Amino acid sequence: MPEQPFEPERAIAGTGMGGPMDLATSEAETLEKTPGGPEGTGPSGKPHSLWSDAWRDLRRNPVFIISALVILFLVVISLWPSLIASGNPLKCDLAKAQEGSQPGHPFGYDGQGCDVYTRTVYGTRTSVTVGVLATLGVAIFGSVLGGLAGFFGGVWDSILSRLTDIFFAIPVVLGGLVLLSVVTSNTVWPVIGFMVLLGWPQISRIARGSVITAKQNDYVQAARALGASNSRLLLRHITPNAVAPVIVVATIALGTYISLEATLSYLGVGLKPPTVSWGIDISAASQYIRNAPHMLLWPAGALAITVLAFIMLGDAVRDALDPKLR
Amino acid sequence: MRGATHAKWAACAAAVALAATACGGGGSSDSGGGDGSSVLSASWGDPQNPLEPANTNEVQGGKVLDMVFRGLKRYDPKTGKAEDMLADKIDTTDSQNFTVTIKSGWKFSNGEAVTAKSFVDAWNYGASLKNNQKNAYFFGYIEGYDKVHPDSGSQSATTLTGLKVTGTDTFTIKLTQKFSTFPDTLGYAAYSPLPSTFFSDHAAWLKKPVGNGPYTISSYTKGSQMKLVKWDGYTGEDKAENGGVTLKVYTDNNTAYTDLMAGNLDLVDDIPASQLKNVKSDLGSRYINTPAGIIQTLAFPYYDKNWNKSGSEKVRTGLSMAINRDQITNTIFQKTRTPATDWTSPVLGTEGGFQDGLCGDACKYNPTEAKKLVQEGGGIPGGQVKITYNADTGSHKEWVDAVCNSINNALGNDKACVGNPVGTFADFRNQIGQHKMTGPFRAGWQMDYPLIQNFLQPLYYTNASSNDGQWSNKDFDKLVDRANAETDTSKAIKLFQQAEGVVRDNMAAIPLWYQNGSAGYSDRLSNVALNPFSVPVYNEIKVS
Amino acid sequence: MGRYVIRRLLQMIPVFIGATLLIFLMVNVMGDPIAGLCGERQCDPATAAQLKREFGLDKPVWQQYLTYMGNVFTGDFGTAFTGQKVTELMSTAFPVTIRLTVVAIVFEVVIGITLGVLTGLKRGRPIDTTVLLLTLVVISVPTFVTGLLLQLLLGVEWGWIKPSVSPEATFSELIVPGLVLASVSLAYVTRLTRTSIAENRRSDYVRTAVAKGLPRHRVIIRHLLRNSLIPVVTFIGTDIGALMGGAIVTERIFNIHGVGYQLYQGIVRQNTQTVVGFVTVLVLVFLIANLLVDLLYAVLDPRIRYA
Repeated sequence: MPEQPFEPERAIAGTGMGGPMDLATSEAETLEKTPGGPEGTGPSGKPHSLWSDAWRDLRRNPVFIISALVILFLVVISLWPSLIASGNPLKCDLAKAQEGSQPGHPFGYDGQGCDVYTRTVYGTRTSVTVGVLATLGVAIFGSVLGGLAGFFGGVWDSILSRLTDIFFAIPVVLGGLVLLSVVTSNTVWPVIGFMVLLGWPQISRIARGSVITAKQNDYVQAARALGASNSRLLLRHITPNAVAPVIVVATIALGTYISLEATLSYLGVGLKPPTVSWGIDISAASQYIRNAPHMLLWPAGALAITVLAFIMLGDAVRDALDPKLR
Repeated sequence: MRGATHAKWAACAAAVALAATACGGGGSSDSGGGDGSSVLSASWGDPQNPLEPANTNEVQGGKVLDMVFRGLKRYDPKTGKAEDMLADKIDTTDSQNFTVTIKSGWKFSNGEAVTAKSFVDAWNYGASLKNNQKNAYFFGYIEGYDKVHPDSGSQSATTLTGLKVTGTDTFTIKLTQKFSTFPDTLGYAAYSPLPSTFFSDHAAWLKKPVGNGPYTISSYTKGSQMKLVKWDGYTGEDKAENGGVTLKVYTDNNTAYTDLMAGNLDLVDDIPASQLKNVKSDLGSRYINTPAGIIQTLAFPYYDKNWNKSGSEKVRTGLSMAINRDQITNTIFQKTRTPATDWTSPVLGTEGGFQDGLCGDACKYNPTEAKKLVQEGGGIPGGQVKITYNADTGSHKEWVDAVCNSINNALGNDKACVGNPVGTFADFRNQIGQHKMTGPFRAGWQMDYPLIQNFLQPLYYTNASSNDGQWSNKDFDKLVDRANAETDTSKAIKLFQQAEGVVRDNMAAIPLWYQNGSAGYSDRLSNVALNPFSVPVYNEIKVS
Repeated sequence: MGRYVIRRLLQMIPVFIGATLLIFLMVNVMGDPIAGLCGERQCDPATAAQLKREFGLDKPVWQQYLTYMGNVFTGDFGTAFTGQKVTELMSTAFPVTIRLTVVAIVFEVVIGITLGVLTGLKRGRPIDTTVLLLTLVVISVPTFVTGLLLQLLLGVEWGWIKPSVSPEATFSELIVPGLVLASVSLAYVTRLTRTSIAENRRSDYVRTAVAKGLPRHRVIIRHLLRNSLIPVVTFIGTDIGALMGGAIVTERIFNIHGVGYQLYQGIVRQNTQTVVGFVTVLVLVFLIANLLVDLLYAVLDPRIRYA
C-alpha cells in the first residue's frame, strides 16, 4: 500500500528559507488534494487540460498581466541595461558623494560618488540572474531528488527525508555566514551555489509529495498495467501533472533569493566588487539612512518591486491552477 | 467595607514606606565608594582574548587594562611622552643592563603591595610559552627568552635569566642586545605588575581582574558589559574624576552611535565613517577628533615575483600618486584622517622623528605622472590590482572602494583596481600568513609605544613579526641595528629616519593616512579627551 | 501513537548527527582560526602550535568532531577563545533569544491570525487587497532594511523606544525587535490563514452551522478557525527553530546579546566550538519542535492516526 499522501510530515515544511515555501507548500497541497488530476490529452476535440484552463484564467487576471509585464521589463533591461542607462556604473567621482538627485542623475549619488540610477539599472542584471539561476538550480536539483524519492519510495525515500531534515536544521543565514566568508572568487557562482545547497530541500519535499499523489492516479496505474517502463511513466505521465506545485513554490522562492542576496551583503559575505548588485548597494547605503536616504531608497525600491512581481506571478499561477478557489 | 479598610491601611503603609526611603538619604548603591550618580556609560567591544596584560593586543581589552593597571611608565595622554609612573628610576650604564627602582607605597586594590616581585613574576608569566600569552614577544629582548619561549619544541626554563629581584623595590633587567630606548617601551600594558591572586586563583582573577589602577572592576558579564568603579584607595596622582565607567558591548558601532543620539549612551569612541558627515551637526562641540599613533598603509606581497621585479617600485610609486588622499580623507572620513606624508605618525612630533613631507611627490595626487610611471614600470601585474582587506570591521570597505575608484580614474581604466573583501579578520590574517596575497593589502599599524622604532622595525625589518609582505632590504636592516645600539637618542632617531628613507626610495609600502581618534559624548560629560592610542582618558572625564 | 513517537525519535538520531557533522565541517572549512588571535601580526610559531593543541585543532577533523560530540553528551560544549565555557555563553544567550522568540511568536499568532481571518472572510474586498499588498511588501523588503528603518524612526527621530536593547533584555525592550523578527513570518501566517479560511468557508459543516442559526462569531471561532488553523500551527511550530537561529540580523541591529550575537561572534572569530555548540542546541530545538507539531497535528485533526 503506497504511503499516505496526506502525511503530516509533508505538511511541516521547514522554514530554512524563512517561510515562503511553507506558505506555498500548504497552498501547493491544496492543489494535490483535489482528486483527479488533469485529464489526459484526448485524441481529438478541444483538450481541456489543467494547463489550458489555467492559461485561460491567467490571461484574464490583471495581477498576472501586470507582474508578467514587469518581469519582462526587468529581463529586457538585464540583458541590455544600456537601453535605459547611458552611464557607467563603475565610474565614480568622489567629489559628488551622497549628493541628491540632479539633472541627468535622477537618483543622486552614493557614498563613493557613483550614479545610483546607473547602478540600480545595472544591478538588475546581477540580482535577477542570481535569483533565476538559484531558482533553476534548486528546482531542478530538488525536483529530481524529491521526484525520484517519491516515485521509488522505500529506502530511497527514507534517506532523502533524513537528508532534507538535516539541511532544514541548518539556519540559512548562519550557513551563509560560515560558507561564504571564506570564498575568494568574486563571481556570482559561490552565492548561487550556496543558495542551491541550502534551498533544494524545500523543493524536493514539494516534488516528492506531488509525485506521490500523481503516482496514485488511475491513469498511472493503467499505464503501468499496459507495461510502461519507469522512465516513460515518469516523463510522460507523472511529471507534467506533478510539476504545478513546484512552479508555484519556485516563483515565490525566486523573490526570496533576491532578497537573501541583500541580507548576505549586509552581513559582509555577499557578492564582491566589481559586481554591481542591489544587495551590495542596499547594504552599503543602510548606514547612511539619516543623511542620504536616496542611496537606500532606489535600490531597495527596485528590489521590492522585483520580488513583488515574482511573488504576485506565483500567486496568480497558483490561483489559476487551484480549482478549489473558484 | 472591610475591603476598603484593608485597602486604606495598605495605602497608608505604602506611603510611609515611600516617605522613609525618600528621607533615608540619597546615598549611592554602587560599591567602592565615590559619587554613585557620576558613572558614565561607554561603548566597548568584546575582547578577543582573556584580559591578561600580556594576552591583550587589541584596543578593547586595552581600554580595560588602561583603567585597571599602572606600570613602570605611563604615556602622557596629551603628549604621548613616557613618564615615570611606578618607576622611581631606571638606571643604565651600557643600554643593555638596567636597574629598576620602583616607588614604594603602591598597592593593588585587594590590599597587596606592589613590589619588584610583582613585576618580575608577571613578566615571567607573560614570557613563558606554556601560558600562551599572545604578547610574549614583548619580552623577547630580555635574556633567557629563547629558553622560556623557544620557536619550537618545549621550553627548558620557566623564568627569564635576565630578570632578577634584588630587593623589595628593586630588580635588574639584562637584555640580549643594546636597546637605548627600552625604558620608554615600559608603558605598554604587557609590562604591568600582577597581584599574587593572579597566580593563586587564576580562574577567579579572570572573572574579575584585580590591578593597581584608579578603577576596580565591580562586575563583569563577559561579552556583554563591564562595570568599573573608582577606587578610593588609589595613591597615584591621576585619580578618577568620575564615579565609574560602565562599558557596554556593541556588535555594530552604528548602533552605539544611534544609542548616543537617543541619550542611551554617554561616550562612543571610533565613530563609524558613515556617521561622520552628520556628527558635527548632531553633537557640535561634543565631538572630538585628535591625532593618534595609527597609520594606514598598503603593503605589497614581495614573495610574489610580479611585485618584486625591476620596475616594480615605479609601479608602486605610480599607484601611490594615483590615490587622491585629500579627497578621500575629506569626503569619506570627514577629516578624521590626515593624508600621510611619511611612514610614522605626527603624534611622535619632530623631536620624536616625524618628518612631514618625507614622501614628497610620491604621495601627492598626480594622475598624469601616475599613469606614466605605471607604464614605465611595466604596467600593473596581471592587468588588475586587487586590494585585499577584511570586511567585518573598521569601515574598510568605504576607503578601499574609494582608493580603487581614484586609481581607476587616474589610470583611465574602470577595471584597473578592484577591492577584494575577506569575510573575517581571522581569515584575512590567515591568508596573509600563508602568503596568499596577489596584490596590495591593507596594513594598518597602531603604535605599541610612541617611538619611531615601533613604526619601522616591526613592519620593515627582514622577517619581523609584522612584516606581512616579507619586504627585505639589507641597508634598512643595518641602519635599524645601528640605531638601536646608539645610546644618544637624537642620533638614534636620525639613523631611524635614514632607514625610513630607504623605505621611501623603494616604496616598500604606500602610506595612505594618519588615523585620528574620534569620539562623541553626551551632554552629561565634560573634559573628554583621547590619548595618542585613540583610547578615551576615562579617569579625567567629569560627569555632571 | 507510542510507536510513532519512538519511530520519530529514532529518525531524529541520524538527522542530529548529520546536521551537527555538516555544520562542523562547514566551520572547519573556514580555515585556521589561530591566525586572527594575535592582532595585526603573526603569532609566533610556538604559541600558535600550543594554542592549536589547547583547542584540539591539531587533530584530524573527524577526530575533532568525535571528541567534541563525545564531550557534548557529558555536558561540555567546549571553550571559546576568550576562555569562557560555551555553556556559560549559552546560559546568558538563550534566555534572551527565547524571550525575543516568544515576543515574535505572539505577534505572529495574534496579528497574523486575526488579519488572516479578516481577509479570508472578505476575500476580494478592498481590505483583502490592502492587507495582501502589505504582506507582499513586508516579504519583499529585506529584514535588515525594515529593522534599520524602524530603529531610526522609532528610536532616534520620534524617541518612542531606545535604539538598542540593554543587556537585561526585558520583554518591553524586545517589542520592536520582536516585531521586526516576526515580520516576514507574520506575513506568511496571514496568507496561510487567509487561504485556509477561504477554502474551508465553503465547507459543509460551516454551512450547517450557519443554517443551524449559530451566531457568526461562534461559527468562525468554534468551527472554522479550529479546522483552518492546522497548516498555520504546523508552520508556527517549525518557525520557532528558524526564528531562534535566524535572528542574527535582528540581534545585530538592536544590539541584543542573544544566540544570533554569539553565533556571529563565533563565526567572525572562527571559533568552531562556539558555533557548533550553539547549532547543536538549535538543531535539537528544531527537531523537538517538529515532533511536537506532528503530535499536535494528530490532536487537531482526528483524521490523522499514527500507526
